[in-house]
Amino acid sequence: MDSVTSDALAPASARTPLQASADNGLKIVIVGGFGVGKTTLVRSVSEIRPLNTEETMTQAGAAVDDISEVRGKSATTVAFDFGRITLDAHNVLYLFGAPGQERFWFLWDRLFSGTLGAVVLVDTRRIDDSWYAIDRLEHHGTPFIVACNDFGGPTHTPAQIREALDLDPHVPLIDCDARSRESAKRVLITLVEHLASLYAPHGAAAQGAPNSPEPAL
Amino acid sequence: MSRPGRDDAPDRLYTLTGGRSRSGPDTPFDLVTLVVAECDPVAGMQSEHAAILRLCERPTAVVEIAAELRLPVSITRILLADLLAAGRVSARHPHAAVPSGLPDPDILEQVLVGLRNL
Repeated sequence: MDSVTSDALAPASARTPLQASADNGLKIVIVGGFGVGKTTLVRSVSEIRPLNTEETMTQAGAAVDDISEVRGKSATTVAFDFGRITLDAHNVLYLFGAPGQERFWFLWDRLFSGTLGAVVLVDTRRIDDSWYAIDRLEHHGTPFIVACNDFGGPTHTPAQIREALDLDPHVPLIDCDARSRESAKRVLITLVEHLASLYAPHGAAAQGAPNSPEPAL
Repeated sequence: MSRPGRDDAPDRLYTLTGGRSRSGPDTPFDLVTLVVAECDPVAGMQSEHAAILRLCERPTAVVEIAAELRLPVSITRILLADLLAAGRVSARHPHAAVPSGLPDPDILEQVLVGLRNL
């Protein structure tokens, strides 16, 4: 399984342009540790070969807002992959594969505010690696599901995984094979169905009242 | 091909943006804001600006521009702010949320339909 970001660089000539009518970019973030299959999952469903980019931050953890401050200091870059799915004439979904390491979370608001939701991709041989990501997503108030990528290791029951991750019973937990397009699709659909249930209007439909507050849960 | 954002000294990035390092607190560019060129590149234009205009003949997300130019997202945002201020690009901002900040149920439904049709 291949999730090393360095091989994800696509030549500029491989660009596939969007339709001229595209006007709404959407974000979903796949979070997981090194080697857990984030890039593989993105590649499975993306219409473009995954691209790689980065953001720069200072040692203090703040995103770089003053490059003069960085000169002579060691700046840290956080790299992330992304892919793209054209959903219809207007909506384009971007999938970001994000490293779960500590320094990354300093950039969450800057990069991923407005994200629809997240998928925590778990290697069941290294469940503990995912605990921090779940803690941070809860902290940021980002809804998520957990998907266990099948590496053919020892099997755990869902109850064992929930226990190990201290997972809220309402958070969906599914198995997946990140190499499979159908499986990756199902992961995304499971997330968006979860989001739709979280944000479903309660009571009468509030047609024409876009400002009516709806409970988040 | 070299990767300026990662391998070059920050001095080079500093030069690209004319010494500026922020695009302003009100920078309108989300990672997935779709940018569309409103004019062709002209002679004498900064090469990064010209490259953005060529990339954005069709709508192109900020993050794709950053990846294609091999520049950090923050630097790309500054370059885009210049082009927007000059009227050379337009920006189609994401509208996934209703004013309360929660995702728009209609958009979520459209996402589901799109994913199921893949």
